[in-house]
Amino acid sequence: MSAPRRRRTDPTAPDFDELLAAKEILVLCGSGGVGKTSVAAATGLVAATRLGAKVLVLTVDPARRLATALGLEALGNRAHRVPDDVLTRVGLEARGELWAAQLDTKQSWDDLVLSNARDEEQAYRILENRLYHNLTARFVQSHDYIAMERLHAVHATGAYDLIVVDTPPSRNAIDFLEAPRRMADFFGGRLLRWLTLPYRAGGRRASRVVNVASRPFYQVADRLLGGKFLQDIAEFFLEFQSMYDGFVERATAVERLLHDRRTTFVVITTLEAAPLHEAERFCKELVARDFHLGAMVLNKTLPDFFLDPQGDAAAEAFGDGADELAVALATAPDAGAALGQPERTARVLRTIAESFRNFAVVAKRETELRSELARVPEVVVRVPMLDAEVSDVEALAAIGRHLVGTIRP
Amino acid sequence: MSGVPLLDRRLLLFTGKGGVGKTTMAAATALLAAEHGKRVLLVEVDAKGDLTAQFEHGPVGFAPREVQPGILAMAMDTEASLREYLKLNLRVPVLGRLGPLAKVFDFVATAAPGVKEILTIGKICWEVRESLQGRADHDIVIVDAAASGHVVAQLGAADAIQELVDVGPIRTQTGWMSEILRDPELTAVNVVTTPEEMPVTETIELVARLRAEVDVPLGTVVVNRVLPELFTHADEETFDALRGEAALARLIDRAGAGVGNVLDGARLAVSLRRTRAVHLERLRTEVALPLVYVPYLFVRTHGLRVARMVADALDQELSS
Repeated sequence: MSAPRRRRTDPTAPDFDELLAAKEILVLCGSGGVGKTSVAAATGLVAATRLGAKVLVLTVDPARRLATALGLEALGNRAHRVPDDVLTRVGLEARGELWAAQLDTKQSWDDLVLSNARDEEQAYRILENRLYHNLTARFVQSHDYIAMERLHAVHATGAYDLIVVDTPPSRNAIDFLEAPRRMADFFGGRLLRWLTLPYRAGGRRASRVVNVASRPFYQVADRLLGGKFLQDIAEFFLEFQSMYDGFVERATAVERLLHDRRTTFVVITTLEAAPLHEAERFCKELVARDFHLGAMVLNKTLPDFFLDPQGDAAAEAFGDGADELAVALATAPDAGAALGQPERTARVLRTIAESFRNFAVVAKRETELRSELARVPEVVVRVPMLDAEVSDVEALAAIGRHLVGTIRP
Repeated sequence: MSGVPLLDRRLLLFTGKGGVGKTTMAAATALLAAEHGKRVLLVEVDAKGDLTAQFEHGPVGFAPREVQPGILAMAMDTEASLREYLKLNLRVPVLGRLGPLAKVFDFVATAAPGVKEILTIGKICWEVRESLQGRADHDIVIVDAAASGHVVAQLGAADAIQELVDVGPIRTQTGWMSEILRDPELTAVNVVTTPEEMPVTETIELVARLRAEVDVPLGTVVVNRVLPELFTHADEETFDALRGEAALARLIDRAGAGVGNVLDGARLAVSLRRTRAVHLERLRTEVALPLVYVPYLFVRTHGLRVARMVADALDQELSS
């Protein structure tokens, strides 16, 4: 395995290790399938063992075996400490504390309503509303928002030195950045007032009084959905109304926290065209919105040995000279049965050559893509593809070592 | 494949976890269908513009454009779908006076469950119905659908809306949509995956949810990026023997210092294949659907060349 390659234009620029020491919140983002959750867990592991920090890894949707490795089964929102022996078993010194929690969107929304409602009775009216369930479960950005909300809530407890959060898989990686603002707009919007106005005028369950401005809208909406449906919506938002101020305030606070200098964003990608394109776009958006872009992680890259020109030469010799090589191997004094059939040996050599050349093409493409990276943060780390799957603490530790650039046995 | 062959149906949807290659599969299937003489309407639901890039074509809008001979492509746009619906069904006279329809629509669609979903699946079903009644320029609708979780909401939207909305034209007009969606002669939902832990787990869960929550015929599970099996068991013994001291010395003597790296490369390929085999096995035993394998393409990653190669692979698999 190769050492990670850093691009450091400025010798005083921080590396990944320093980022962990300097920041309190690391937000990991990237498109689906690039390994966000594994990198998040590995980052937590490194911070807890090397820095001796108390770290929380807040993850959204961990693979089952990863969750098992971290002792995270069926824990919901509650943070759970990863037992020290999980770390010591793979030779890591548990200097700090590693905690992990899984984000439960529904539970988080319920908590938010319970803590913001006027009284318990109102809270339960909202929680039992059929629209509430749909809004929180299906409104895609509600996941984005609640993840950021949870992050804010956890940070506000002051219980951790570092929080590593793995962002929800969204259609668009930028969505969650805008989620707090959109949520504030949504609940504080004039449109919502306008929509619920006809119902408000005469008390909560009164028939609506439609003014001239909104009449065309209601005519269409009634014909499409039926008046009852619209009334349900209005009633639901009237309930929510008393929580507007709380929601808007929270959303603003969440946004402030994401912009705080103690928060940094880490963009994760593989060296494939589509995720890389998304990652570049994301870096650009982060900078444009004045967020701190801490690092880029190029994950699951092919090892450098596929780029070895001598490897090319050897593969060529294996391919073109397979028959002669096979005979030479069969006649060696210690050739066992496995090398005794030149035909089979030649076939194996050709297969090896073919496989090397195939992967070499991919490795060369990756190198080219890497060199073309247009807009990158100062810290770029490369994590090679591990030959085993990232499902145990050992593999996470290996990723962690690549992240901070110390490859120790 | 039981029943009507996939390409003879009228609506094929491709879903799956993000990043597994849904878009490539939808594009490749469109190519294949066009080759079989079908006129295709290809619909991109999450309008990212990636779908038409598979044909080296720029982004398209809600109005279909020909991106390849025999392939029309369109990007889903729920607001445009609503406008079209209003125009066709209600002849709404006040439409012009709705003012900032976009803003109002966005708001209501956000608050009201299932509205965006019904406008998406409604437009798709409407295009299928038009083609069945001979009023369309296409014979088959192929959809690059939303990712796992969201697609269940879209497919179930017609039923869900009937639960929520008590009266009104939307309720009465969702019945025929359900009929198209549940007809195994017309429709097939295909799940794309890769042989890795998370995509396979998500596929198993998605198939279970589709079976439990919506009434839609399932087609195939397309397994993308399958690495080649390098060695048989006997060949693998030979491969291992190459690392013996004397064998290695002879190889280095004849093929140079790069031998170690070449052998390491094959070792990595064998090990990657082996970890993936576990997940393939899980898929085979747990989804009970026909699996179609598309090999990992080393040479190219995207564009028309890839769509072409994947189409050939699909053709072989589907006809075998």
